Amino acid sequence: MKNDAGMTVIVKTITRIILWMILLYGLYIILHGHLTPGGGFGGGVIIALAFLSILLAYGREYTTKWLNIKFLQEFEASSILLFLVVGIMGFGLGGAFLVNFLSHGTLFHLISAGTIPILNIFIGIKVGVSLFLVVLALAELHIEKGEKA
Amino acid sequence: MPVETWLICILGFMILGSIVALEIKDILSSIIAVGVVGLGVSVAFLFLQAPDLAIVQFLFEIFALIILIRAFVKKDYHEEAPSTVNKILIGVTLLTLIAIFILSISIFRTLPEFGQPLMSTAEYYLENGAAETGSANLVTSIILDYRAYDTLGEVTVLFTAIIGAMTVLRIKSQTKKESGVAL
Repeated sequence: MKNDAGMTVIVKTITRIILWMILLYGLYIILHGHLTPGGGFGGGVIIALAFLSILLAYGREYTTKWLNIKFLQEFEASSILLFLVVGIMGFGLGGAFLVNFLSHGTLFHLISAGTIPILNIFIGIKVGVSLFLVVLALAELHIEKGEKA
Repeated sequence: MPVETWLICILGFMILGSIVALEIKDILSSIIAVGVVGLGVSVAFLFLQAPDLAIVQFLFEIFALIILIRAFVKKDYHEEAPSTVNKILIGVTLLTLIAIFILSISIFRTLPEFGQPLMSTAEYYLENGAAETGSANLVTSIILDYRAYDTLGEVTVLFTAIIGAMTVLRIKSQTKKESGVAL
């Protein structure tokens, strides 16, 4: 790695390998929210922690270069919009707002429970990205303070 | 009266309260009008048979009122001496409160006995949850099916809180940058 910001090479290498495992685990928790303990909120926090590990290991500048922050903000805002869209689709197809209008499928199968997994995915995106953005904003504030002192 | 009529009355009252809160010049009266709106939501939850939400709304409304009054109203705000009209109004309020209390004593008889909690809703979820929602995880079926409005509210709260936090933090870091350039 060229940039000297962040932690040592050991930490950076391990973070690079382990990042995808953490992301995969977060996705697993979100997608299996209707089968196993966990769900959108828990999995979202795991995804936020995966991004947070990059921030800690590589420093803020590398992270903002690697991730498109503006895109992340729009992504985060659109996830809650999609949550509402699913709710309004329930209004049209099921007769009430946020009603579970898809077929329920078989119990204990991954594709079951109608709209519940879809809503879980949107909540997971929302929680994960927004928590990471708050940490990033706090890190910027901290750096500003540090430069002044 | 049916529930809808009560709800329309409460909603009208809340709209009136918000108009008063916007238009009135006195800040303490404005804050109290905002409180009227929140308490109206709490009463509406009670009519819709959601007592847990009503309790949360009620407590948070009082919490928010205290914080707003502490933040925006000066300590030596009201200095006017209590007039006879005020005394009469206080008496009327006290009498109304006592009347409401006496009239609501009979409701306590309908409460379950000590040690026998009401679990009819939980029983219903346990028996029919998996069949009705198709979700093997009953917690998720409650969060995203039976109580999906609650989750929508939570996500909205998170969204608003994060927008607020990012706005405040960005303003702070920008002003610091500007002051640094000026120095």
